[in-house]
Amino acid sequence: MGQISLQGIQRSYGALKVLHGIDLEIADGEFVVLVGPSGCGKSTLLRLIAGLDSPTGGRISINGTDVTKVSAAARGLAMVFQSYALYPHMTVRQNLAFGLENIRLPKAEIESLTAEAARMLEIEAYLDRRPGQLSGGQKQRVAIGRAVVRNPTAFLLDEPLSNLDAELRISTRAEIAALHKRLATTMIYVTHDQIEAMTLADRFVVMRSGKIEQVGKPLDLYNHPANLFVAGFIGAPRMNLIETVISEVAAHSVTVTGPGGLAVAVPVDGSALKAGDRVTLGVRPHDLAASEDKGMAVNVSLVEALGPETVVHAAMADGQKLVAVLSGQGARSSSGNLRFSMEGAKLHLFDSQGQRVPDLQDSNR
Amino acid sequence: MINRLKHWIGAALAAPVIWLAMLANVPLKAWQKATGTGGMAVFFLAPNMAIFAVFVLVPFVINFFYSATSGSAFFLADRNFVGTEQYARLLDCGNYLDPSSCREDLFWKAVSNTGLFVVVQVTALIVVSMITALILNREIAGRSFWRAVFFFPVLLSPVVVGLIWRWILQRQGLLNFILYEMGLDTHDWLIESSSAFTAAVAVSIWAHMGFYTLILLAGLQAIPRDLYEAAEMDGTPPSRVFWRITLPLLMPNLLVVVILALIRAVQIFDEVYVLTGGGPGTSTLYITQYIYEVGFASLLRNPGLAAAASILMGAVLVVLTLVQLQIGRRNERKGARE
Amino acid sequence: MSGVASFLTRRRGGKAWHWTDIVTWVWLIGGLVIMFGPAIWLTASSFKSPAQLAEFPPTVLPYVNKQVTVEGHEKPLNLFTVKMADGTTRQLAEVRRIGIVAQMIDPANPGEVIKINIAERVPVRELGLATENYVTPLQQNDFLLYLRNSVFVTFAATIITLLTNSMAAFALSKYKFPGRDLVLLIIVGTLMVPLSVVLVPLYSVVNAVGLFDSLWGIILPTVATPTGVFLLRQYMLTIPDELLDAARMDNATEWQIYWRIVLPLAAPALAVLAIFSVVWRWNDFLWPLVVLSRKELYTLQVGLNTYAGELNVQWHYILAMTVVTMIPVVLVFVFLQKFITSGIAGSGLK
Repeated sequence: MGQISLQGIQRSYGALKVLHGIDLEIADGEFVVLVGPSGCGKSTLLRLIAGLDSPTGGRISINGTDVTKVSAAARGLAMVFQSYALYPHMTVRQNLAFGLENIRLPKAEIESLTAEAARMLEIEAYLDRRPGQLSGGQKQRVAIGRAVVRNPTAFLLDEPLSNLDAELRISTRAEIAALHKRLATTMIYVTHDQIEAMTLADRFVVMRSGKIEQVGKPLDLYNHPANLFVAGFIGAPRMNLIETVISEVAAHSVTVTGPGGLAVAVPVDGSALKAGDRVTLGVRPHDLAASEDKGMAVNVSLVEALGPETVVHAAMADGQKLVAVLSGQGARSSSGNLRFSMEGAKLHLFDSQGQRVPDLQDSNR
Repeated sequence: MINRLKHWIGAALAAPVIWLAMLANVPLKAWQKATGTGGMAVFFLAPNMAIFAVFVLVPFVINFFYSATSGSAFFLADRNFVGTEQYARLLDCGNYLDPSSCREDLFWKAVSNTGLFVVVQVTALIVVSMITALILNREIAGRSFWRAVFFFPVLLSPVVVGLIWRWILQRQGLLNFILYEMGLDTHDWLIESSSAFTAAVAVSIWAHMGFYTLILLAGLQAIPRDLYEAAEMDGTPPSRVFWRITLPLLMPNLLVVVILALIRAVQIFDEVYVLTGGGPGTSTLYITQYIYEVGFASLLRNPGLAAAASILMGAVLVVLTLVQLQIGRRNERKGARE
Repeated sequence: MSGVASFLTRRRGGKAWHWTDIVTWVWLIGGLVIMFGPAIWLTASSFKSPAQLAEFPPTVLPYVNKQVTVEGHEKPLNLFTVKMADGTTRQLAEVRRIGIVAQMIDPANPGEVIKINIAERVPVRELGLATENYVTPLQQNDFLLYLRNSVFVTFAATIITLLTNSMAAFALSKYKFPGRDLVLLIIVGTLMVPLSVVLVPLYSVVNAVGLFDSLWGIILPTVATPTGVFLLRQYMLTIPDELLDAARMDNATEWQIYWRIVLPLAAPALAVLAIFSVVWRWNDFLWPLVVLSRKELYTLQVGLNTYAGELNVQWHYILAMTVVTMIPVVLVFVFLQKFITSGIAGSGLK
């Protein structure tokens, strides 16, 4: 069982408020990823859950028991640190056994548990080496092994892949996913890398400046970002955000217009809006299509042919910059004029407060 | 076999320590539970700070009380309060430049001796250490060996240093033998007052120069090589390189070294005490020896007077230390800026 | 051989000899002689007999009187070269001496006693060590006791120093607590209060807590060294806090974190402090001089000073005991010099 519940968690360091009341329910066996820019408080939140730091307000409970005042050791969690934090003066075996020795397990049991963890993570070959003699990937495995061997209620992982090179990061990511599937233990994973977050998460928590911006399944967040921050944060290349004005509010759509002949009807519930309101139109680069005669006229400044797709950097008539990712290798001039067309159903509309304009109730279902 | 033996010896020695540590863990766990980690900080600090308080802070504070009392009794309760009388006595002088005109002529003799010693010794010490550091900074074969050579006397105890040189400087000692072989006059170095002072200065330099050389050398080696190469490309003459590149860049280290040397020189005692006993007469009597003798050794001992003298010396040291800390902080800031 | 010579004389950039090169080597060789010469001379002298020490000019190497065993005499007799009245020289052994006349015998013919004026003879000498200079003070005087006291003081003080300083450094580097900066400031402040400034009150404090005339009275006041706390704190600051957090997640108590994680990782700094502490405590003089009044508690330094301060200085014993006092420090120098010099260059402590 690894059900964790956070209620109104606050943390401040002197006058500096780092967390402004976080509420989050994490179900047993769930893989939750905390994601956000650096300094958003995600690591602090993880340390509070771990018990390495105590909140200035709020309640943390694990499986229904309030553990806010309980020490890190007694919470039964395990943590994988960004720097791995392997004890440099102990061998891999001693690193794995250290926590078990501290809870006074019998020697034989420690041995069988470490052997099992070592087999699972394929680190048996270097059990008698010191961390200094291991490569980054090997250290990573040992760090995970040290967490696994304790058979914790939940795993806390603090940017565990950030010190690995790109290739190793992808393979280790897959292994962590496999490990989660196999152990079915709750995992809370902190990262600033959204690809890691997208691929691993059952549920995705986007944070900014000590607040949760949105919680949901990865694709829900991608398809229905709740606000401008989430819209801009998730997806690469970033979503294009175009400042526009509403020209007409209809029953099932809102029409916005902009420079270069931009005029498009977005199927949202615009009941709170009226013509003339300033809004932001969001369109993902992949949702733009090149067109000969219809759509918005733009001025192309750069074309990057990547092979399977072509990235076009362009500017609108009023200077706003756009990026489009067009599939294929269509021969396009590196500069000059072009038109972009877009499909209303794939667009996102945000009001002047940056909040998403609600989707239509019926069409969304 | 030997390794095995070593292993067992190591294990045998380590075992009691480890048991002790494990034993300590049990009550500490309870303490940690009761007080949290903040309480643990108190626990870890306690032994050091308790010793520290009893043997440093308390003496520091009651030193002022001692300096305000008179008599030869050692317990504060048995002593008479006299206010600033001890200080007045120390400072009662007809002419401050002439120790014999003072009421406590011995104190002023010690002060003027120490003043002269500090000026001469620190100047010579810095010059000798600087030359040695510059030489060691050259591309010489076996630099670490030579560095060790000059460092050797630093580790010797002052008593050993004093005795080594007493043996060499005595009437039938090695120095007179060498002079005699060269056809020069021999002297009874430690019995004649002018040569006794020179001997005190020379011996203390001999004993300590390795330490200052080491700090200066570290400073020299921190100066980037490419500065010298650039100067060489410009055809700068070596003396100019020294004055315009080496010295300015070494200045922070040099200042620290000067202050450290001053602090040590003001407190000079052990090696000179063993070498000359403060003699001949009072010609190598320095303040620390004065404090020691007035406080403990002489028949007419007067702890109050010794305490007052030590506070006066302490005031000088405090000023020097504050200057040192100030320099250190400035260097740190500079380092942070760079 | 020429390779060695060219290695030793290798100079800047392989250019021709410059006058600064000559100064350099004169300085270095002169330094070698001046730095090591006195200690070597002391050691050589310590093996000379009292008679030889009184000679001027002195010999470099120690000699002893040649002795022979002669039938009918229990003890070996000293051998002399004697100028006989007839101008010949003979080697005779001395049986006894009365005033300026010595009764001597020929070892080959022990029956005949010859009376010789002592001006007519010189002792026969051979290279040899007067080891009794070492044996006698250690056996008959109290020097073995002094040696034991010194060893005890040095080790006890070093162990306590390492333990208390490292605990304090751990607290000051790894915990945030109110008053931490104040504690640091107080410790910095003590650098301004050297022993010579608090001699009188410290003596009364040691008296008051009942440690006067006890070895603990010289151990305890020295162990809370501010330099040690600083050295270790600086080093512990470089140990990542994540390691401590990892240990906390691993159910380690704070004591276990200190003992099993931080102490082993701070071993290099502890080693430096240990070496320093050994040298400091072994060499301490002024404070033991003040606190110790009973002769059997003297440390080597105080004992040596006392014997050297007597009116009739027995230099042959003093020299030998000075060598004994010097030995541990020389060993430290030979084996651990690198540690110390890098420690000083890195932190400026002494």
